[in-house]
Amino acid sequence: MGIIKAKDVIYEYMRRDEEGNVEGITRAVDKVSLDINQGDFIAILGHNGSGKSTLAKHMNAILYPTEGTVWVDGKDTREEEELWNIRQSAGMVFQNPDNQIIGQVVEEDVGFGPENMGVPTKEIWERVEESLKAVGMYKFRKHSPNKLSGGQKQRVSIAGVLAMHPKCIILDEPTAMLDPNGRKEVIRAIRALNDVEKITVILITHYMEEIIYADKVYVMDDGKIAMQGTPREIFSQVEKLKSLRLDVPQVTLLAYELKKRGVDLPDGILTTEELVGALKQNRKG
Amino acid sequence: MSLVLDHVSYIYGEDTPLSMKALNDICLEIPDGQFIGIIGHTGSGKSTLVQHLNGLIKASRGHIYYNGEDIDGKEFDKKKLRSNVGLVFQYPEHQLFEIDVFSDVCFGPKNLGLPQEEVEARAKEALAQVGLSEEFFTQSPFELSGGQKRRAAIAGVLAMKPQVLILDEPTAGLDPKGRDEILNQIKKLQTETGMTILLVSHSMEDVAEYVDRIIVMNQGSVMFDDEPREVFRHYKELEEVGLAAPQVTYIMHALKEQGMLVDVDVTTIAEATEEIVKCLETLH
Amino acid sequence: MLRDITLGQYYPEESVIHKMDPRVKLGGTVLYIISLFFMKNILGYMIAALFLGLVIKLSKVPFKFMVKGMKTILMLLMITVVFNLFLTQGTPIVTFFGKISITWEGLELAVFMAIRLSFLIIGSSVMTLTTTPNNLTDGMEKMLGFLKVFKVPVHEVAMMMSIALRFIPILLEETDKIMKAQIARGADFESGNLIQRAKAMVPLLVPLFISAFRRANDLAMAMEARCYRGGEGRTKMKPLIYQKNDYLAYAALVLYLIISIGIGRLTLF
Repeated sequence: MGIIKAKDVIYEYMRRDEEGNVEGITRAVDKVSLDINQGDFIAILGHNGSGKSTLAKHMNAILYPTEGTVWVDGKDTREEEELWNIRQSAGMVFQNPDNQIIGQVVEEDVGFGPENMGVPTKEIWERVEESLKAVGMYKFRKHSPNKLSGGQKQRVSIAGVLAMHPKCIILDEPTAMLDPNGRKEVIRAIRALNDVEKITVILITHYMEEIIYADKVYVMDDGKIAMQGTPREIFSQVEKLKSLRLDVPQVTLLAYELKKRGVDLPDGILTTEELVGALKQNRKG
Repeated sequence: MSLVLDHVSYIYGEDTPLSMKALNDICLEIPDGQFIGIIGHTGSGKSTLVQHLNGLIKASRGHIYYNGEDIDGKEFDKKKLRSNVGLVFQYPEHQLFEIDVFSDVCFGPKNLGLPQEEVEARAKEALAQVGLSEEFFTQSPFELSGGQKRRAAIAGVLAMKPQVLILDEPTAGLDPKGRDEILNQIKKLQTETGMTILLVSHSMEDVAEYVDRIIVMNQGSVMFDDEPREVFRHYKELEEVGLAAPQVTYIMHALKEQGMLVDVDVTTIAEATEEIVKCLETLH
Repeated sequence: MLRDITLGQYYPEESVIHKMDPRVKLGGTVLYIISLFFMKNILGYMIAALFLGLVIKLSKVPFKFMVKGMKTILMLLMITVVFNLFLTQGTPIVTFFGKISITWEGLELAVFMAIRLSFLIIGSSVMTLTTTPNNLTDGMEKMLGFLKVFKVPVHEVAMMMSIALRFIPILLEETDKIMKAQIARGADFESGNLIQRAKAMVPLLVPLFISAFRRANDLAMAMEARCYRGGEGRTKMKPLIYQKNDYLAYAALVLYLIISIGIGRLTLF
């Protein structure tokens, strides 16, 4: 069993009208099964309302499945006595950078998680230092979070989770509210966590260029897993992605259009270098 | 009929130790009917700039003329200006407040003091322009999906019948399809009504297909102001200030370096496809 | 603009005062304020000024930041001065309309009151400028910890205060933005009578409340995800332990109290 495993997970919630009567039941997650290996970089893609965030919230026991089971590090998320262990081993970063920073000073915010866990004072300081260094925010440790840019705030949030020494970090659209520079900084920090610290990363996003480095991609639609595979496998299905309200990077789209026009190119081109290389081959051939 | 900015500067907290220059000597002319993209990263002054155009912020130096009249002049009617130059803020759905979508859209025209009939006619027209059908009129704005909320909010400004429409990051937080839908709707609006549209964005790729002109803002100044293809020629300079030309620009330049005789000025995927196919055909 | 409000803002600096235990600063501020109300002569105020000056010097915070807080209470200060000036009985200096007069006693009281209030504001500014709000709530939590015996949720109240403090600037900025957006839609927040103005606030308040609730909801989730479960079993990153300097500060404070009140209460004239 991997670090996170879901089996036939269904999540339903009731819609109520103004008087509080049940109007209907919405199924946000529909029979999802997945198994995530320790150390992997996983991306979960999907349009707004596809159920990807709801699924993510099952991975650190903020939500519980209506049916089916989720295991985090081998523990069933419904076992109440394991709740805090689960939340410690699977940390979560949310979308809005302003609404998840509790501390008034960067270092105090990063210390918040370890404080809650009852970590001794001296060790809290060590953890705060190493976490802030890991995301490149150590020199801002005395700053007020209100004065930071969006990308910097999200890096502080990541450090805050990192200081809890999790085995896995779930990032729920961490870049949706950032500008391109902020997005780049955050993605760089996330990749470093995976490469250097060997932490399992589950990145939920709808930006296609962010998933190129993932080991495995799941695409969600209507609460179900609609596609899964390596980024290359996913990106080779341009039409299918479009029907799921997603798009592909310009270079992949260009390669796809060229192929349609009879140019001989491999499937699922992800970078400019790949396309240029393939076209060069083409000219020779 | 046009907007003219004449040496406009804006300084935050002037005469305090924390004063900061947000806009620096901006000169621009915005003629009628253009579709313009204003590009810059956070803090480049692009949002401050557009708030000057409908008089929400007063320039520290310089003058802004709407149809030849100084908007800070004594006789000038600011309220009228705000109906003529409509401004849709970032995440406009955060300003919805009425019990149903229709009443919310009516808020703007009602503030103009129009008769009830006219108010309702305008609201209907505006909702049609953003592609929201009648079934949504009676719904609470808070029950709509993200994309629908945003449309409702844009309709709220359109209902004031502006001649110039400014949208600050209208696609922020939307998924790719939602983004394309909104941008296409705006393009359609522009073609049908001939309205002047200013689209503030931090993504060149998003606006390249739609706009006639790109104004690049950097550190409170205008860095480039030209047709998209002319602006993207400076892709190296753009990169230095943390902005990027569309990926297709990079691809075309890389191909040219490899000795392929392609036009590096193309801005869209469709144009690029044609270019490459043409180039390969002449080879074979 | 709204975001220019600086009252209660922390000024980062490495100084003896910044490093001092918040309990010392809290207690010190309270005692200092009390001392101001015990003084009866100029000499006492001179000692108080000297003490305050010394603390400001030690804190390394530029003086202009101290005075900033004054602007917000300038009106209150003026009213107090005017009231004292005109409504105190005693020997008149000048008389208007044969009825209202400024008296020597009134003048003295007005001057003393102005000094008191200014020192009070500057004194509290020194505390807020040199103590992070978190640190301050920590101090209060610890000082009032004995209330736990009476089932007062001291930790929870302290946590709420520190969160509120963090969100004030964010919500102010948001208010500013919503206001502008509604003005762009022709809203008028400035003219009309009281009822019209109250009605005009609806388009501002509804979105603001919705936003505040959304933020509160997000924050609660984020805190839970980071294992927050109340004060029980929690350790502190910055625990409050008295250092040598803190004892010295207490000693200095006591010394100041004895001297200032002792001298301040002498009747010299």
